[in-house]
Amino acid sequence: MTYDVPVAPGESAEIEETTGTDLEGWPMWEVFVRARRGISHVHIGSLHAPDAETALENARDVYTRRGEGVSVWVVPSEQISAFEPEAASEYVEANEKVYRLATTYDIPEEVGQM
Amino acid sequence: MTSEERFQALIDAEEKIEPTDWMPEGYRKTLIRQIAQHAHSEVIGMQPEGNWISRAPTLHRKAILMAKVQDEAGHGLYLYSAAETLGVKRDELQELLHMGKHKYSSIFNYPTLSWADIGTIGWLVDGAAITNQVMLTRCSYGPYSRGMVRICKEESFHQRQGYELLIRLCQGSPEQKAMAQDAIDRWWWPSLMMFGPHDSDSLHTEQSMSWKIKRVSNDDLRQQFVDMTVPQAEYLGLVPPDPDLRWNPERGHYDFGEIDWEEFWRVVKGNGPMNRDRVEHKVRAWEDGAWVREAATAHAEKRAGRKAA
Repeated sequence: MTYDVPVAPGESAEIEETTGTDLEGWPMWEVFVRARRGISHVHIGSLHAPDAETALENARDVYTRRGEGVSVWVVPSEQISAFEPEAASEYVEANEKVYRLATTYDIPEEVGQM
Repeated sequence: MTSEERFQALIDAEEKIEPTDWMPEGYRKTLIRQIAQHAHSEVIGMQPEGNWISRAPTLHRKAILMAKVQDEAGHGLYLYSAAETLGVKRDELQELLHMGKHKYSSIFNYPTLSWADIGTIGWLVDGAAITNQVMLTRCSYGPYSRGMVRICKEESFHQRQGYELLIRLCQGSPEQKAMAQDAIDRWWWPSLMMFGPHDSDSLHTEQSMSWKIKRVSNDDLRQQFVDMTVPQAEYLGLVPPDPDLRWNPERGHYDFGEIDWEEFWRVVKGNGPMNRDRVEHKVRAWEDGAWVREAATAHAEKRAGRKAA
């Protein structure tokens, strides 16, 4: 199924992306779900809601309809601060410090498993 | 390495592109267009099936249908979220749909005339959707690809419940079997149309393939779908309405007849049996629900005020 609806002959392939009205919707929340006991919460998606309580209720309906989680967190998206290590030079340098890796040390076979 | 070279290198290495990465404007626009139309399709797709919730023959079938329609709403939400990572707003995309400036998959512009249509939609329409969406799990844009993984898990339920519904009908009375045959007669060709124009007439395919937004061409997906579906129809004892449909041992695929492209373009352009109804109904549902949204906002404000006091 093509979700990119075909452009009819004579139609423009461009579609509008904004109404220009800046409609003010509810704030966005990021949803984290703990799939089962013993593992961390994992980011599963986002949603809109007027407050935390409604966000939790919506998260339950949208993301855990089939027992996907035993615990749900919601966090206002604007409260998340981010860092992209890939874009930072210090990250590349850290990768060059191979002596941090256990596998760079040779242990004689007769010593056995270490 | 320039931003563009880095972008292409990630794609060539089968890595995903994430929202904060640099991306060509055309890539962003193509994704917004496709993800928005995909989201709209899920949301409008609730209507043909919602039409039968009150008339489902048993409580069990009613519960299944409600769960399925609820899934479609969820799929719409995952997809709008994916689109929003590209810097557009859900409320505005929806408004553009209401204004008739955005499209959705043409399949939802056909009416659901009998209960057998509900089974046929699950089997054929969701089957076609899965064929495409399994491919889209490998799409190069991370948020879209992740949304597809969730959606595909749920679509499997959609397809299986539909096929099982048809098995029951086909094992039933001659009237029930005839109803199932009538449904496949009406839904077969529109389902094949879901894969879009021939590759030779598909404007975006080449660029989308090189960006790995699309991984398999329209005609190849359509062939995959036909090959998968014909044996399933045989099991049901139903006959697809195509006199040219036959196994070709040389190709190792089914040959099939030509789609009525005039009908295809007529529906794409907005003149299918249900185009106007679908959008009108969507707008009405949004307007009728305004008081719920207002109440939720007022409630949140009141509670926040109480906390502050």
